[in-house]
This record gives sequence, C-alpha cells and structure tokens, in this order.
Amino acid sequence: MPQMTYREAVCKALADEMRTDEQVIFFGEDVAVAGGVFKVTPGLYEEFGSNRVRDTPISEQAIVGAALGAAITGLRPVAELMFADFVFVCMDQIVNQVAKYRYMSGGQFTVPLTIRAAQGAGAGFGTQHSQCVESFLMGCPGLKLVVPSTPADMYGLLRGAIREDNPVFVLEHKLLYNMTGDVPDDTGPMKLGEAHVVREGNDVTIVSTQLMVHRSLEAATELEKEGISVEVIDLRSLAPLDKDTILDSVAKTNRLVIVEEAPHSAGWGGDIVSLVADEGIYWLDAPIKRVNMGQALVAYSPPLEDTVVPNVGRIAEAVRNVAQR
Amino acid sequence: MTTVPALNLDSRQWMLRRMLEIRIAEEQIQGLFMQNLIRGTTHLCIGQEACSVGIAHALQPGDTVTCTYRGHGHALALGMTMQKLIAEMMGKASGACKGKGGSMHLTDASIGLLGENAIVGAGLPIAVGAALSAQVKGESRIAVAIFGEGATNIGTFHEALNMAAIWKLPVLFICENNLYGEYSPMENTTPVAHIAERATAYNIPGVVEDGQDAEAVYDAVKEAADRARYGEGPTLLELKTYRYRGHSRTDTAPYRRPGELDEWLKRDPIDVLARKMIADGQLDETELEELKQGTERLVFDAIEWAKAEPFPPIESLFEDIYA
Ligand SMILES: Cc1ncc(C[n+]2csc(CCOP(=O)(O)OP(=O)(O)O)c2C)c(N)n1
Ligand SMILES: [Mg+2]
Repeated sequence: MPQMTYREAVCKALADEMRTDEQVIFFGEDVAVAGGVFKVTPGLYEEFGSNRVRDTPISEQAIVGAALGAAITGLRPVAELMFADFVFVCMDQIVNQVAKYRYMSGGQFTVPLTIRAAQGAGAGFGTQHSQCVESFLMGCPGLKLVVPSTPADMYGLLRGAIREDNPVFVLEHKLLYNMTGDVPDDTGPMKLGEAHVVREGNDVTIVSTQLMVHRSLEAATELEKEGISVEVIDLRSLAPLDKDTILDSVAKTNRLVIVEEAPHSAGWGGDIVSLVADEGIYWLDAPIKRVNMGQALVAYSPPLEDTVVPNVGRIAEAVRNVAQR
Repeated sequence: MTTVPALNLDSRQWMLRRMLEIRIAEEQIQGLFMQNLIRGTTHLCIGQEACSVGIAHALQPGDTVTCTYRGHGHALALGMTMQKLIAEMMGKASGACKGKGGSMHLTDASIGLLGENAIVGAGLPIAVGAALSAQVKGESRIAVAIFGEGATNIGTFHEALNMAAIWKLPVLFICENNLYGEYSPMENTTPVAHIAERATAYNIPGVVEDGQDAEAVYDAVKEAADRARYGEGPTLLELKTYRYRGHSRTDTAPYRRPGELDEWLKRDPIDVLARKMIADGQLDETELEELKQGTERLVFDAIEWAKAEPFPPIESLFEDIYA
C-alpha cells in the first residue's frame, strides 16, 4: 500500500483534482514558484503552469475575494491562506461574502471554492502563528469545514472539498505534515461530514480532531493497561457534523470526553456537549468532561506551549475521572 | 473632459429612457421607504443616473458587475426588471433574490450583476476574481467593480488594484465620486483631489470623467473596456458626480456646502442629455413629457404588482444556504 506524508497527500490531492478538472486553479502567497512556505505544493506550478497556479501578493482579502469571484463565474478555485491565523485579516470576505453569497442572492450562485490553511500549536511559531481557528468559522452557515488527521483523510477530504459546490475550509495541522500513513490506491474523493471511529471501546468515548486524535489514541493505549476501554472518534468534519456517530458511541459507553486544541469558550466542544445534552442525556452515567486550553493562549516558550495544548496525561486524567463514576 | 462625440439616436433614446426609469423609481422607492413598505435602509442614486446608463451601455453580454448598496440604478441599467427590483426591496418572493437580499443586495446573474454589496469595498476583490476566471479561461468578457470615493480608503481597494495590475486582469474599477462618504466630505478623509491619482501607485491608467454626461461616461468606459478586453489590463476610472438626496434613509444632508446642490442641479444628467437631443432635433418637450409619464406608469404598475405579491414561505429561510 502506498505510503505518503500528510504534506504529500495535500499536494497529490490538488494535483489529481487539477488533472481531472481544468476548472480547478490554485493560488496563494508563495505557493507556486517556491512550492509553499510549508513546502506543501512543490511541482504544481511546473505541471499546471502560471495560468492555473499563481503566486499572489500579500493580500488575504483579495485572495479570498478573488477566489469567490472566480468561483461564481465558472472556476473551482483553491486558495491558500498559509497560516490559519491569517483568516482574521480577511474575515469579512469569509463571513460576509463567501459564506453568505449564495444565500443573499436567493440561490443564484453556487460557490465551489476551497480555502486551505495550516493551523495548530507545537512548532514554536508563537502566539500569532499557532492558533486553531475552526470555532471562529463554525458560526457561519454556508461554510463547510474539514479537519483531517491522517494522510488518507487529508487526500480524500481535500479532493472531496474541491468537488463540493459549496465553500469549504480545509484546515491542515502543522504538526501532522510529516506524519506518514497509508493512502490506498483506490482512495478517491471522500464525502464530507462523516466521522471515523478510529478505535473502538466500551467504557468512555473521546471525541477529538487532528493532533488531538493521535494524543487521544496514545491515552487510550495507556488506559487499556488500567482496564479502561476507550472509544476514539475523529470528527474529520466539523461542518457538517456527524451527529449519529457521536450519539451512537455515547449510547454505548455512557461517558464522554471532548478533546480540543482550542480555548474553552465557544469552542466546538460546546456544540458536542449541547448535542449530547439534548439528544443523549439519559445515556450519561457521568458528567461530560472537556479537555482544552482553558482560557490560555499559545505561548512561545517550549514548556508553556507544551502545557497549553492538551497532552496524553491530561486526556488520560479526564478519562479516568469519568470512568470512575 | 474633452468634447464628447454624440452617440447614435438609439443609444441616446435608450440612455434617456433608462435614466428616467431610474430617477422615477428612486423617487418612488423613497416614498415606499417612508411608508415602511421598504424596511431598514435605502441608498438612492438620484443625480448619479448618467453613471449607471453610461456604464451599462458600454458593456457587452457576459460582462459582470459588482456594485454597492447605491446600486439600484446599475441594476435597472443592466436590465433588471422593475418588478424584480421593487419586489426584492419589499422582501417579496418574486424579488430578484427571492426576498433574501433587499435593497443592498440586488443580484441578477442573468444580466451579469454579481451583486450589490453592503460592505464598503468588498465588491472589488470579487470583481478581480471574475476577471481572473475570464483570463484563466481565455474568455473576452470583462469585470467591472463600481464603488464610491469613500471606498478608496479601505484596504480591499488597494489589494484589488494591486492584484489586478500585476496580473493584467480585464477589470474596470469605476469610482462614482459623489463627494461624500456618509456625512463626511471627501477632503476630510482623502488626501488626494482626484481618486484617479491613486492609479499611479499601481501603475495603471487613472482617468477622470464627467459623471453627469451619459455620453462622456459611455466613452470613457468603452475605452477602458476595450483596453481590458485586448489584454491591456485594468483602469481606474473616476466619475465626478453628486447625489441629490442624503446618504441613506431620512438623511437630508445638512452637511452640504450652501449652494452646492443648486450648482449640481444645473448639470442634471437627465437634462444634460435631453438638452443635447432637443438641440439636435431628436426630441421635443412634448415627447419628453410623454416619456416621463410613460415611465411613471411603468414604475407605478410595478409597485402595485409588487404590493400584491406574496412574501416568501417561511421554509425558504433554510433554503439556499448550501448548494
Ligand atoms: C466596511 C464598512 N464600513 C463602514 C460602512 C458604513 N458605510 C456605509 S456607506 C458608507 C459611506 C461610503 O461612501 P462612498 O464609498 O463614497 O459611497 P457612497 O455611499 O457615497 O456611494 C459607510 C461608511 C460599511 N457599510 N462598510
Ligand atoms: Mg461617496
């Protein structure tokens, strides 16, 4: 089975979609000639040329706006915003334009556009280059949002995102770029909105995304030795959200821990709590625990950065806490 | 602002008729707003009609336009029906956007109107994208972004001009300089006398034109459009114009300089064209009066029709969010 890195999966997904559909174009800052600041997109410029693969000026608002304009006039653009923290520079184009464009025109346009950005802490980039931004984008009906955690999901979900007739954010986690994994030859575009039960268990459900999935799996292995059987769900897509997979699991384990790489307030974990409170509260044998960054920010200094992001120890502790009740 | 070559009779008649439609529709829209049949806010373009018709007349099928909340005139000039426009403003199901857009979001893909926009400056990057798709696909259509002089102080203006310039995109940036952004006169907010000077920073042509003369507007837009179509890149075109009414809603514009409105009324865009046509023996006072009355009927009929139209069904609230 072919092995590739998460980074290579991004590039291969883009290349395969660009080969399949000539309406797909790709642009962003330093993505073409230089192949991206994270070296994610080398070779695309050489293969597809300067008409379809473009370096832009440092103009996040124009990048997103141009992607929107191109999407409603016959192309299927993929725009890169480099660090996800830069979404805040172009939030008007994202929230007021891209997300609302179809709606406020009464459905006159489809908006087949993909925005990619790299998020997450752990690489020492400091406070303005390390944030996970998904919760800021979830209050925008009209947007879809995927957060792949493996090379295979990255490949399939990015292809699926590009084929969507809706605007989709694909958030890539910086610490996963070097992760290697199997991407079977027959992996095609994946449907958005399907969570993945990455580990089955009976005692406690963990719901998580991206880097936190991997840490939750480590915690599950550790807890198994203590006799606690943990089920780990990788949401993969936050909008749409796969409610059934979450509810089915909670119905089985009766205990829920939500692990997020984000501050507590208004994090997506709150939505999961609300979902279970609403539709699954009688299944619960223990309070729901959320493991996240509290109200702290990502700091530069290594011990501070290591502490703010949930680690295996904190995740395991939360699971033990609910398992004992 | 050199001498303007006269357009043919058909063009003149079309522009005159459309300007009257816009003027009369806007006057009625103000009335409907006062009666609360149009809610929230409206921004009238009375006084700026020559810009709308001059631009629309110079464009070709397939070209696209983004404009602002002050875009009712552009929508009509591009060919939105009076019914669709009035119904949309009243929030009716048969409006241009099924009632989901309103006065500030008139959109009609069938005539290339990619939308008004209620966020100052936001339409410029979208027009850049429409021009990008034309360039990538090798299509000869152009994109037009229409905005006010106030919008040239927001970041998107600069990002859009810069991006369009480096990629030589087929896009026209047309600034309707009506001297005020909300209640602020331009000189309090903008350190250049002419918006067109800002083109220098992006190494693209900057052109100033009389926005009260529909034929002059047509000429300037046509020239810039030809350049864009032939692959010579974007132009920043500034149209000097004036809004007779306040910025929005019930604003009576007490901030105007004394006598300023009267000066501009002497160069009313409808009069400017009508006088030329009368001088050239193409129109007389009686015909002009008949034209006005016919246009009034058209507008009144559309209003009565729209009043009787149903509001959208509540289920439609959840439609058109996703494709
Ligand atoms: C980003 C943003 N800031 C402020 C406003 C509020 N606002 C609406 S219209 C306007 C004035 C714009 O002036 P100008 O660009 O000259 O256009 P005009 O209204 O004169 O046609 C302002 C400040 C807004 N809608 N969007
Ligand atoms: Mg103005």
